[in-house]
Amino acid sequence: MMLAMNYRGPRNVRIDRKPYPEILHPNDAIVRVTRSCICGSDLHLYHGMVPDTRVGTTFGHEFIGVVEEIGPSVQQLKKGDHVIVPFNIACGTCAFCKQELYGNCHESNSQATAVGGIFGYSHTAGGFDGGQAEYVRVPYADVGPMIIPPEMDADDAVLLTDVLPTGYQAAEMGGIKKGDTVVIFGAGPVGIMAAKCSWLFGAGRVIVIDHLEYRLEFVRNYAQCEAYNFRSLNDPVVFLKKETGWLGADVCIDAVGADAAGSALHTITGKKLMLQAGAAIALHWAINSVKKGGIVSIVGVYGPTGNLIPIGNVVNKGITIRANQASVKRLLPKLISHIQAGYIDPKAIITHRVPLEEVADAYHIFSSKLDNCIKPVLIPPSARN
Amino acid sequence: METKNTNYLNIKGWGVDADPKNEPTYPMKRYTGDDHGRLTWIRPTQQPETIEVLRSIERPTVSAVFGTAQPPSGLSGIIRRQAFKYSESSFNHWLPLLLADRINVVEGLIDDVVHGRMSSLLKDYMGKGAKAQGRRRTTLGVVAGVVLMSFAASYLFKHRRKNN
Repeated sequence: MMLAMNYRGPRNVRIDRKPYPEILHPNDAIVRVTRSCICGSDLHLYHGMVPDTRVGTTFGHEFIGVVEEIGPSVQQLKKGDHVIVPFNIACGTCAFCKQELYGNCHESNSQATAVGGIFGYSHTAGGFDGGQAEYVRVPYADVGPMIIPPEMDADDAVLLTDVLPTGYQAAEMGGIKKGDTVVIFGAGPVGIMAAKCSWLFGAGRVIVIDHLEYRLEFVRNYAQCEAYNFRSLNDPVVFLKKETGWLGADVCIDAVGADAAGSALHTITGKKLMLQAGAAIALHWAINSVKKGGIVSIVGVYGPTGNLIPIGNVVNKGITIRANQASVKRLLPKLISHIQAGYIDPKAIITHRVPLEEVADAYHIFSSKLDNCIKPVLIPPSARN
Repeated sequence: METKNTNYLNIKGWGVDADPKNEPTYPMKRYTGDDHGRLTWIRPTQQPETIEVLRSIERPTVSAVFGTAQPPSGLSGIIRRQAFKYSESSFNHWLPLLLADRINVVEGLIDDVVHGRMSSLLKDYMGKGAKAQGRRRTTLGVVAGVVLMSFAASYLFKHRRKNN
């Protein structure tokens, strides 16, 4: 038996003893977790917003660990390797993986065709147990996992499983050109990374919008950008129009997703009554703040049903929308080299290092934005010695 | 475009990934046309189906690998099986799944009681951690809400009967 986070219902998780995972496929590996994070998108699960989130599931799609056991067909890994495990489960052989769309694999999720398999992210994303545990089963071990470079800090490595690649891909999908003004909605971990990465693509101005002062202060310093509190603005769209010469931003990035604050209508219909797939006010603002012919890049996570967004304005303004789950495997080599070059310091966003046994408290602190929490990392007992 | 941070050229790594050829960018960048072959790729070895796996009706078979956490069971399982008779495009798929999730919470509570995990339940509510405090506040809020709604409903009911 092993320690693992156990989902019991909305806003209710606990640590429990669960059976040790087994090799179920010849290309599986069993990984002993050394670090796992709680992601902002885990809060959508925690808040009960993702359909088919079953009681007893273990969350956690951001983790690194040591290979303990491998299936008979595994060739790229051996016992003892310390690996980064991308959050996407990808076969490497389907038509989508061949196009490096590792977040859209067609051979890792039976329950839905719209999304590939993701560790610990409900049965809608494949029904896999996640890494907020001592051990985890990793399918397609020859495809996703990558050995951590020896000089790399484990805290940097764990942020390469999702946060940094997602932030980077948000900027990449924005098609940023030199001198562009980029507006990012959300100063959570992904928004912070998107702001930092926008400069790598040659942005001329980076603006972040959120409502939590401590996060705005952090992103101002970390990503050397401007940051504004939408609660102190009458209307963030009008503010952004004024700030961009009345035409709108070249690129807007939605790094918030379904749990956005800022609109009573969206909060009531999306989060309380669940008549739409979460509150989509950040995306609403992004569409209305971008210039005509501009690009909206979406990495915020939404549910599968539908949302109130001004699609008419997308048509009338000729906006290009690009969106996807980050293709982590594709981006790892480049992002590792960026960390080594000193362009990005991912571990600086970690504010809480919490024993795995205190996972329930960690969720509550992160969800309620207590104690200036930006990114909590869970550390299992075996990694604390 | 107006630029406020005139020092951006000094930001370490500024422009290292700027590439005028970054169009079409991801997700179209590596387009190969492989998907024109439809479902003809050589599939990975199939994971044995030793548990019940619900399958989207938008695909002909289960995926080569799948998760085995919490197979459908109980009343929530019955509802989930019904939901999977509809496509991902249908609310008849997603809304019953949300209902099943809520029923599953009650099933989980019953399971805890049956298996003598009362200490876990009590710890959830009586613990000293921030999470336990939060749950107590939530519980108090829910109880207060239910009591208020009951009073309001009973008042309205009596008032209506009087008027009738």
